[in-house]
Amino acid sequence: MIATATDFTLPDTDGVDHTLSELAAEGAVAVIFTCNHCPYALAWHERLIDVAGAYTPRGVATLFINSNDAERYPADSLEAMRARVAAESWTGPYLHDQTQEVARAFGARTTPDVFVVDGEMRIRYRGAPDEAYDDPAANALWLREALDDVLSGVELRRPETEPIGCSIKWRP
Amino acid sequence: MLTAMEPLIELLWWDGCPSTERTLTDLRSALREAGLDPKAIELREVASDEQAERERFPGSPTIRINGRDPFPGEVSIGLSCRIYRSAEGRPSPTPDPAELRAAIAREVAA
Repeated sequence: MIATATDFTLPDTDGVDHTLSELAAEGAVAVIFTCNHCPYALAWHERLIDVAGAYTPRGVATLFINSNDAERYPADSLEAMRARVAAESWTGPYLHDQTQEVARAFGARTTPDVFVVDGEMRIRYRGAPDEAYDDPAANALWLREALDDVLSGVELRRPETEPIGCSIKWRP
Repeated sequence: MLTAMEPLIELLWWDGCPSTERTLTDLRSALREAGLDPKAIELREVASDEQAERERFPGSPTIRINGRDPFPGEVSIGLSCRIYRSAEGRPSPTPDPAELRAAIAREVAA
């Protein structure tokens, strides 16, 4: 275990609230800090969407969270998030962390920065989705392994990797 | 030392993006392939919004050859990671190496 996850409730692009502890009580949760304007987040996006779709039937919820300062980076505004969700096929809600409190509580540093939280609100994995943002064949393997291990109730093969991506854009 | 015929190659970067090293490696390789000095790259850090505005910096990394951006397109000015496209059309934080080599070759031919 890396740490205990701080509970949060955040709205998605439709204004519907999602609470981490409620989802964790149903199984594991993948918490993915991402955004609209970062090439690393975009490069990994399809793989993360695929993971969310593949693991939902296995009791895993996936929360995509945008914590970036939208004043300095308008591409990450709530309106831009809504437009993106409307234009694409998302397999998990895209949450708006306007105050950035959730990113700070998790210690998120980059987009993407991936966390896996188990049913007891323990952070079991933190890091990158896989070893290569530029290789779709890498298939978000590290995240998949982490979810498989949590679902199997075994020790994680790889509990922590180095997150790689754009820095989270903190408000001044 | 640059000769009169060597193009001015600049790499503008911002430390909020981890893509500088890889771009530098690809750029050096492209220069070497074009018969140019791979050490003749002017590295310039862009560290503030004001500097980004002044430099018309469209994100990190940005390469300029004789002051021209070999990857023009719709960009926004500011401290961010620049979005390129891979040869397969996927979003990428670095220029496609083949496109970069072609851009250098065009400049050398010009």
